[in-house]
Amino acid sequence: MSTMLDAPPTARTLAPRITVEPRQPVWRSAGNDEPAIEVRDFSFWYGDVQALQGVSFTVPRRAVTALIGPSGCGKSTFLRSVNRMNDLIPETRASGDLIVEGTSVYGSGIDLVAHRQRVGMVFQRPNPFPKSIFDNVAYGPVLNALCAKRDLPELVEQCLRRAALWDEVSDRLDEPATGLSGGQQQRLCIARALGNRPTVLLMDEPCSALDPIATQKIEELIFELKREYTIVIVTHNMQQAARVSDTTGFFDRGGVLVELGETHQIFTNPRQERTEAYITGRFG
Amino acid sequence: MATTLPTGGLSRRAATLKALTGAVRGDQIFRILLTTAALAIPALLLALLAVLVRGARPAIAQFGVGFAATKTWDPVAGQFGAFPMIVGTLLTSLVALLIAVPLSLGVAVYLTEFAPGFLRRPVAMTIELLAAIPSVVYGLWGVFVLIPLLQHAVFPFLRSLLGFLPLFRGVIYGPSVLAASIILAIMIMPFIMSVAREVLLAVPGSQREAAMALGATRWEAVRTAIVPYARSGLIGAIILGLGRALGETMAVTMLIGNRHDISASLFAPGYTMAAAIANEFNEAATPMHYAALTYVALLLFVITVLVNAAARFLIWRVSRGGVSGRNSA
Repeated sequence: MSTMLDAPPTARTLAPRITVEPRQPVWRSAGNDEPAIEVRDFSFWYGDVQALQGVSFTVPRRAVTALIGPSGCGKSTFLRSVNRMNDLIPETRASGDLIVEGTSVYGSGIDLVAHRQRVGMVFQRPNPFPKSIFDNVAYGPVLNALCAKRDLPELVEQCLRRAALWDEVSDRLDEPATGLSGGQQQRLCIARALGNRPTVLLMDEPCSALDPIATQKIEELIFELKREYTIVIVTHNMQQAARVSDTTGFFDRGGVLVELGETHQIFTNPRQERTEAYITGRFG
Repeated sequence: MATTLPTGGLSRRAATLKALTGAVRGDQIFRILLTTAALAIPALLLALLAVLVRGARPAIAQFGVGFAATKTWDPVAGQFGAFPMIVGTLLTSLVALLIAVPLSLGVAVYLTEFAPGFLRRPVAMTIELLAAIPSVVYGLWGVFVLIPLLQHAVFPFLRSLLGFLPLFRGVIYGPSVLAASIILAIMIMPFIMSVAREVLLAVPGSQREAAMALGATRWEAVRTAIVPYARSGLIGAIILGLGRALGETMAVTMLIGNRHDISASLFAPGYTMAAAIANEFNEAATPMHYAALTYVALLLFVITVLVNAAARFLIWRVSRGGVSGRNSA
C-alpha cells in the first residue's frame, strides 16, 4: 500500500483532483431525457444464423434497463454488440443502427478502443486478472493513460468505494484478486470497469454465478450506480429484473424484441400475450 | 436358462463377501505394481548416479573438484580438465535460447492470436513434425547447407557489422560455437513453440474479453493479459527447450568443431560435454581417459539437475509472483 492512503487527511486527500465521475458526453447536452442508446432496425448474424431481427428501441440515460427472455433470444448478442465484443467471433455481421451517446457503433469512423473505454462491461463469470487487487482496478487507467501514476491510488480507492468493496479489501490491495470470494471478484470486476470512467455499463448476467447474498450486494450496487451510469443488464432471473430495473425489454426466440416498457408495467400489465406467458412462467 | 438363483440371504452374503475380498486383493496387487513402477524411476536415477561416480572415481581421486576449472585436456600426458566443455555446453545452450525463445514465442502468439484460421492447424502440425526429425539429419543438413551459408555469407556480414565486439572477431572456419548454437536453436524451436502454443490456447477466453472490453487492442490484450496469465507455462516451455539443448549430442558434434579450447569469439570452434563423450568414449586409450570422460558425464548430469531445479524454482516463484506484487504503481 502506498503511504498516501494511510496518512492523515490533508488538503490534498480531502480535495481529490481526480474523479471517477463518468465523463459527460461532450457532443450532447447531457439531459436525462435524451436516450443514451438508440437502436434502429438492428439485426445481427452469426454466419447464416440470424440472432437479432431488426430490433428498435431506446435505452434511457442513468437508469437500469433489464433485458429478459429465454436462452437464445438474442439478448446477450445485443449486449455484446453495444461494445462490439462480438467482433471476437469470426463471421459475424450486423445491419441497422446502434447509436451510443451519439456514436454509431457499427459506423465506419468508430474508434473501438475509445468506445470500449466509454462502455464498460461486466461478464457472467467474474474474470479478474491474476494480478493484485490494485492492479486489476488500475488496468484500464494505466492501459489508456487516463491518469498520472501518482494519482492511481486515489482513483483505485474511489473505484473500489463505488463498487462497495473498499472496506473489505483496503488492507490487502497487494494480494491476488483470485483469492477473493466470487461475489467480491464480481464487485472487483465492476470496480475495474469503473476505472475507465465509462458512461454506460453493460452487465451480462452478472449474478448467475453468485450465491443469494452476493447477488443481493450486487443488486444494491446496481441501484447505487444507476445515479451516475446508464446500465443495461441481461438476466435470466425475472425477480432480479423486477427488483433492479426501471425499464424492461422482453426478447423472444429468434431474436425479436416483443415488448419494452416500464418495468412496473411489463410485470403487472404486459401488453403482449407472449410477454405475459413468459413472466408468469407459462413457458421459457 | 438354468441360472442358479440365490437361494437364501446367507449364501448371497457369502458371495458378496467373496467378490469383495477378491476386489480388495486385486486392488492391493495393482497398488503394489504401481508403487514399484513409481519407485523404480528414482531408483534408476540413483543407480545411474552410482555407476557414474564409480566409473569416475579414479579421475575424481586424481583431479578433484578442480577438474571442472582446468583447461588442459591431454589424453597422452594424462592431464584432464573439463572447463572448456562446460563453458561450451552452457554457451551454446544460452546462445541457442537467445535465438530460439523470441522466435518461438512470437510464432506461438501469432498462431494462437493473430493467424487466419486456415493457417493455424497446418503450421502447428508442420512445427510438430520438425520435432520428430532425428538430430543426425539436422547435423547433416548443418554440415552441407548451414555451414557453407554461415561461412560465406552470414559470418562475414556479422563480423563487418558487429566486429567491434570480441564475440564476432577472428578467423572464420565454419564449424564453430555459433554454428552449433544456431542448429541447436533450430532444433529446440519446435519444442518451445508447440508447448507455448498449447499453453496460450489454454488461457481462458474470458481473460481476453476482459482486457478488450477495457479498451485493450488485440496486441495489448496479448501483452498485458494473455501472456502474463500463461507466464509460468511459457517458462516451462523454455526450460524444456533448454533441457534439450544441454543434452543434444549428435548435431552439435558435427558442427561445433570439437576443439578443447575457450575463445571469446563465437566464430571459433569449441566443444560440449555431450559431444566430447560421444567422440572420445570409444577411443579412450587409457583407464584415466575413460574415467575422465565418465567424470564429464557425471558433471553433465549434475548440471542438468541443477538447471532443472533452478527452473522449477523460477516457475514456482513466477506463479506465486504472478498474482501478487504491484508492478504498476
